[in-house]
Amino acid sequence: MSATAQKRYVMAIDLRRCVGCQTCTAACKNANATPPGVQWRRVLDIETGDFPDVQRTFMPVGCMHCANPPCMHVCPTTATKLRADGLVTIDYDICIGCANCVMACPYDARSIQHVAKYAYGTPMKSEEARFDAERLGVATKCTFCKDRIDLAALTGQTPGVDPEVTPACVNSCISDAMHFGDINDPNSNVSKMLGRTEHFRMHEELGTDPSIYYIVDGEET
Amino acid sequence: MSDKLIDRVVPRQQKEWDIKGALNFIFGGAGAGLLVASPFAAALLADPRPFLALGLVLVAAGLFSVWLKIGRPWRALHVVRRPSTSWMTREALIAPLLFGAGAAGVVTGAPLFVALAALLGVVYAYAQGRILKANIGIAAWRRPACVIVVVATGLVEGFAIVGLASLIWPSLTALGYLVAALIVARFIAWTNYVADLRRTGAPTGTLAAFDAFAPRFLWLGHAAAGALALLGALAAQPLALALGGALAAIGGALFKYTLVCRAAFTQGFALPKTPARGRSKPGPGLQPGWERPKAG
Repeated sequence: MSATAQKRYVMAIDLRRCVGCQTCTAACKNANATPPGVQWRRVLDIETGDFPDVQRTFMPVGCMHCANPPCMHVCPTTATKLRADGLVTIDYDICIGCANCVMACPYDARSIQHVAKYAYGTPMKSEEARFDAERLGVATKCTFCKDRIDLAALTGQTPGVDPEVTPACVNSCISDAMHFGDINDPNSNVSKMLGRTEHFRMHEELGTDPSIYYIVDGEET
Repeated sequence: MSDKLIDRVVPRQQKEWDIKGALNFIFGGAGAGLLVASPFAAALLADPRPFLALGLVLVAAGLFSVWLKIGRPWRALHVVRRPSTSWMTREALIAPLLFGAGAAGVVTGAPLFVALAALLGVVYAYAQGRILKANIGIAAWRRPACVIVVVATGLVEGFAIVGLASLIWPSLTALGYLVAALIVARFIAWTNYVADLRRTGAPTGTLAAFDAFAPRFLWLGHAAAGALALLGALAAQPLALALGGALAAIGGALFKYTLVCRAAFTQGFALPKTPARGRSKPGPGLQPGWERPKAG
């Protein structure tokens, strides 16, 4: 097994730090040119408690790049695959847009756009330039910016450390709440961070083995 | 942020599989049930071939409906590429076998092909149930009890449609006993399914959708349908069996529409603990939009 095959890229998000600014959402839209109504990265706004003892929590969500991805298991076409480095990918040339994966994902992370949509009805020049017909009628979702991860293999840089090979949302985070790295490397930033903090993963009980960790307590990150 | 996106914290009704998606389960289940019922019709001296033919037409209509729904219909044959884990692939692979055996049964009328088509009908209905169960993002579908109620519904629909044909072939009225028994079986499967959802927890919207549907399904789809089917058999009254069969079949179709479209809510999001801020400790979590299992 190669060194690459042993990697598992994960995201660690410190919910104590997230301020709900949606910069990650905007960065994702900018990096991936997702159309109106489609957000691969979004931030949930959750209110808890009873007045006056209330709390507001912001929780960035998206594809959890599960190690046991239900979307892949149900995909009848093999368009959805699990890479050796833990990224769950979609091959737009194979996907038939049956939406089985949309139903299988417990994280509401996938969407299918059947017709082209633009912010103001007719396409702006920037939208025209970045329009990708391949993405119509097929399932799409967060890729963990896989092009950047793949670039790391060529440049020798480290995802999560070097911005050029780190997901756009992580790079953009103004409060340093989002972190990315290889959890199988005990010296990686995320491994160290998760080792000294209390965290959870969304809907772990469903057996999906998700790759986004939410930090709620422990040492400062 | 828009209200639409804020709402995504709580489970939302899925919109990707609309009526066209539901028709695959409505027609496919009824068609598979008809294939299963065909040998029984033959045993009661009715020609099984019209039932086989209608069953195949229904299965084909279901598949055609879902073909209209998919985003890239001209690539539809890619559906057969993952037999190892995907029940949708398995359904697609069973279909040609089912059509082959069914067509052979229609052409020759040979009991072997009729029986083979019936067996494949059971497998097809089971595969449809497993398609739903594998979709763990929809809480209403992922329970094993969902598979049982989907298969039971398909069987009831198939036999109920054969019961309708007793207006043409009165000898089929004896099938009323079996129709009534299957309606009882579906009732048990349905009540067990809903109880299972309440026991294990489900989105509030899922339970509300089933609660709204339950009275009509109980009284018309089961009580009235079962009583009429039994009356038809006991008194040799084809009209009673036909009416009972129609109620049972319509009830089954509406149940599957409810299951696929109205009660199918996404998982939503949960917060097991709220984050600690400042000197505070993590607070209690929450899962909005869910009805949790009752304690004890």
